[in-house]
Amino acid sequence: MVGIRSFGGYVPRYRLNRGNIFKSMGWINMANIALSRGEKAVANMDEDSLTMAVSASIDCINGFDKSDLGGVYFASTTFPFKERQNAGIVAGALNMKDDVRSLDFAGSLKSGTSALIAAMEACASKGANNIVVCGSDSRLGKMGSPQELIFGEAAAAFLASDTDVIAEYKGSFSLSLDFVDHVRGSNSNFDRQWEDRWIRDMGFTKIIPQAINGFLDKFNVKIEDFSKVIYPCHYFPARKQIDKMFGLSPEKVQDTMLGEIGEMGAAQPLTMLAKALEDAKPGDKIMVVGYGNGCDVLAFEVTENITKLAKRTGISGYLANRADLKEYTKYLTWRHIIDIDAGLRSEEDIWTRWSLDWRERKTILGFCGTKCTECNTPQFPPQKICANPNCGSVDTREEYCFADKKGKIFSYTGDNLAASFDPPQIYGNVDFDGGGRYMLNCTDCELDAISVSMPVSFSFRIIFYDKIRDITRYFWKAVPKQGV
Amino acid sequence: MAEGIRDKVVVLGMGCTNFGERWDASGEDLMVDAFIDCLKDAEIDKNDIGAAWLGSCMPDISIGSTALPCAKALKLPFIPVSRVENACATGSEAFRSACYAVASGVVDIALAIGVEKIKDTGYGGLPIAGFSGQLANLIGANTSAPGMFAQLASGYEAKYNVPMETLKQAMAHISWKSHENGAMNPKAHLRKRVTIEKILAAPMIAYPLGLFDCCGVSDGSAAAIVTTPEIAKSIKKNQELVKVKALQIAVSSGEESICNEYDGASIWTTEIASKRAYKEAGISDPRQDISLFDVHDCFSITEFSTYEDLGISKKGKAVDDVLEGFYDLHGNGIPCQTDGGLKCFGHPIGASGLRMLFEMYNQLLGRHPEERQIKNPKFGLTHNLGGQPINNVVSINILGT
Repeated sequence: MVGIRSFGGYVPRYRLNRGNIFKSMGWINMANIALSRGEKAVANMDEDSLTMAVSASIDCINGFDKSDLGGVYFASTTFPFKERQNAGIVAGALNMKDDVRSLDFAGSLKSGTSALIAAMEACASKGANNIVVCGSDSRLGKMGSPQELIFGEAAAAFLASDTDVIAEYKGSFSLSLDFVDHVRGSNSNFDRQWEDRWIRDMGFTKIIPQAINGFLDKFNVKIEDFSKVIYPCHYFPARKQIDKMFGLSPEKVQDTMLGEIGEMGAAQPLTMLAKALEDAKPGDKIMVVGYGNGCDVLAFEVTENITKLAKRTGISGYLANRADLKEYTKYLTWRHIIDIDAGLRSEEDIWTRWSLDWRERKTILGFCGTKCTECNTPQFPPQKICANPNCGSVDTREEYCFADKKGKIFSYTGDNLAASFDPPQIYGNVDFDGGGRYMLNCTDCELDAISVSMPVSFSFRIIFYDKIRDITRYFWKAVPKQGV
Repeated sequence: MAEGIRDKVVVLGMGCTNFGERWDASGEDLMVDAFIDCLKDAEIDKNDIGAAWLGSCMPDISIGSTALPCAKALKLPFIPVSRVENACATGSEAFRSACYAVASGVVDIALAIGVEKIKDTGYGGLPIAGFSGQLANLIGANTSAPGMFAQLASGYEAKYNVPMETLKQAMAHISWKSHENGAMNPKAHLRKRVTIEKILAAPMIAYPLGLFDCCGVSDGSAAAIVTTPEIAKSIKKNQELVKVKALQIAVSSGEESICNEYDGASIWTTEIASKRAYKEAGISDPRQDISLFDVHDCFSITEFSTYEDLGISKKGKAVDDVLEGFYDLHGNGIPCQTDGGLKCFGHPIGASGLRMLFEMYNQLLGRHPEERQIKNPKFGLTHNLGGQPINNVVSINILGT
C-alpha cells in the first residue's frame, strides 16, 4: 500500500494585519479595502521558501529514522536558486544520506500536488521509498497590489512511502492548460495578474470543476464518497459557486486559511492537506486539488495507522505560535522590497568558497559536529583532536548531529552595533542537552523574553544574503522556547 | 629548568603618541612620532637597535601586512624586523618578542612598536572582518565586540545571582573612574568627565552595555626600547631601572567555547596567565603587592571580571570593591586605569599593550604630575585580552623597580 506515512507543517511566527498594509497603501487603490480583513503569515527576515520547507520537513520526519529516507521532492515558485538544486539543500539540512533522489518542482502553483503525485508513483513503482515531499512559497506582490494583501507564507511536508501509511494514495487526474491568470517572468520578483473576473470566472470556477469531474469519471467514483475536499481558491463567491456545483456541505470543504495565513502558492493545497490530516479519522476519504496552469486531483483514504502517528506540531501548532509584526515597513525590509540603510558595517563582504562549502557541508547544512569515540564528548564545530582536556585523543571522532537536539541559553545579548535588518541582533552561547556548546544567532524571539537557562530548539535559517553574488547563505539558529 | 624573564631585561625608553581620531596622520606618521620620542627617551641612536618587532592587527584597514611598513617608515638600517599579531594582545606580543631577544643574548637592544589606524573604517566600533576564518564567517553568529563581551554580564548575573541593576551600578562606577583619570591625561582621546547618571542613562549598545560601558576607538602608536640591566646602567647612570618582572600569555584551547565547564562569568586565560605571571615576578599576594594596574577595559564588564580573574577581588565580590572605590585613583586600594584606560585612550589594537606599559613605566619612574602620580609604586601590571570571553588571548606583563 502506497500513501502518506507522516505529515508536518510550518507557519512563520510573524503575522501582519492586512489593515496595517491598507492603512499605508490603500491610497493607491481604495478597492483593496475588500481584501484588508484578517492577517497574513510573514516569513521572518531570515526565512524563505527553502527554510520553511526544511522546518515543515523536520516536523514531518520527527520520530522517523533519517537513514531510511530515500528522497526529497521540493515544490515552490520562489526557490532561492535557479541553478543549484534547492531540494539538495533541503536534503543537506535534513542530514539525509547521499544516495537519495532529489527533485525541484517549479513553475506552477500546482507544483506542490505534482510533486506529491510523482512521489506516490515513485513509491508505487519501487523506484524510491520514504520520499519527503515539501511545498513552500514566499510570493511577493508589489506595494499597493491586491497580491500584497492576499499572499501569505507557509509550508507543508509529507513522507511518501509504501510502509505504515496513514493515508492510502488512491490515484490522480491532471489537466495541463496554458491558462495564465498570474505570471512572473524569470527576471521578476513580483507577481502580475490579469483581471479578477478572468481569474475567477474562466479560471477557478471552470477548470477546478473540469478536473474534479475528470477524476470522478476516471475512477468511477462520486463526490459524495469524499469526506473532505481540498481545493485552492481565494475568491469567496467562487468557492460558494464550486461548492454548490458539487453539492458540498461546509464541513466537507477544507478551509483555505486565507484569513490567518494568506494564499500560499505552491504550498496552498499541501498546507490544507496537512491541516486536514490533523483531524482525520480512519476511513476518511480526502480529495486534494492543486491549481495553476491546469489542475492535479489526488485522492487519499485515511487508514488505522493515523491513530498511531505521534502528534505533529503541524499547521495548527505553528498557527498558535504567533507574534504581531506591527510595522509594515519591517515586512517590506525583510522581503527586500525596499532598500534600507543598515549602516556601513552591513557592507562587509563575505565570500562563499565553494570548495570549503563542500568540505564542510555536514557542518554547515546538517549542523553536524563530532562526538569523541573515546570519551563521548560532543563538540561543534568538528574537532580533529578531542576538545576534552582529559581526553585529547586524535582522530577518534564520529559524526554527531546537533540539529535535532535541544539546548539551553548559557549567555546572551541583544546587539545594536552588529549590522542587522531587525536590531537588536540577539545571540548567545547555547549549551546543548547531552553536551557541547556553541554561540548562535537567536531568532523568532524578543530580547526582553530571554533569560539564562531558557530552553531552545534549532532552526535552519538564512544567516546572510550575499547581494554581490546573489547567494543566500544558510545555517542554524537557536529558537528560544517562548511559544511552541 | 627555565628561570623566566624576571630582572633580565629593562625598559630603556618609551614613546607614545596622542591617541584619538588622528585624521591628520597616517599609520606610518604615528609610528615615526612614537619612535622618535622613544629614541630620545632611551638616549640611543637608531643604529644601536639590533632587532625590531612591529605589532599591528588589522592590515587591511591599517598599514598593510609584513614588517616592511615599519622598517620603511622608521628607516631602520636593514636590521631584522618582524610583524606580530595576536588580536588585542598584539602590542604586548611585540614587547614580549623584543624582551625575549634581549634575554636570549642575541641582541643588546631591541625595539617593540605597535600601531593601528582604525578610524579609516568610516564607522564606529572595531571592524569585524578577518578575525575568525572562512568557516566561522559562514556558521558564526552575527556579532560585534560589545555583544560578545556583554554576555559576561548575563553569565555573571546567573552565576552569582547579582541583580543586573547592581551590576550596572558597578559597571558605571568603573567607567566613571576611568573618565576621571583620563580627563587628566593629555595623551588620552576622551578627556571629559562623565557623571554616573549620564553613564546609566546612555543608549544601549549591546545589552546590558550602554555607550559609556564601551571603550573608544582611535588611532595611535606606542614604542619601547629594551636592553639588558648592564647596558641600561651604562647609558642612564642616574635613572632608576624599570625592570621586566613577568611576561605571560595564555591562549584558549577551545575548551571554553566547545565544552561545558567554563562558567561564562570569568576569563579563564586571565586567571591562568596571571598566576604564571605572579610566580615569574615573585609576587605571592597580588592584592598586597601590586601598586597599580592597567587592564583591558574594552568594556566595563571586562574590567569588572578582570578584577576577580587577576585574584585581586574575591570571586563574586568585585561589586563591593568597585563601589567602595578600591580601584579609584586615590582610594585605599589599587588604582586601576590610572591613565584612563582603553575607555579614554580608545583601542588602536597594535598600540594598546605598549600604551599600557608606557603608563606603568612613567608611574614607576615618578614622572607624572602630582595629581595622577601613584606614591612609591613597586609593581605595575598590564593586561590585554583579545577575542571574546569564550575564545581569547590574554597577556599579562609586570614591570617593577
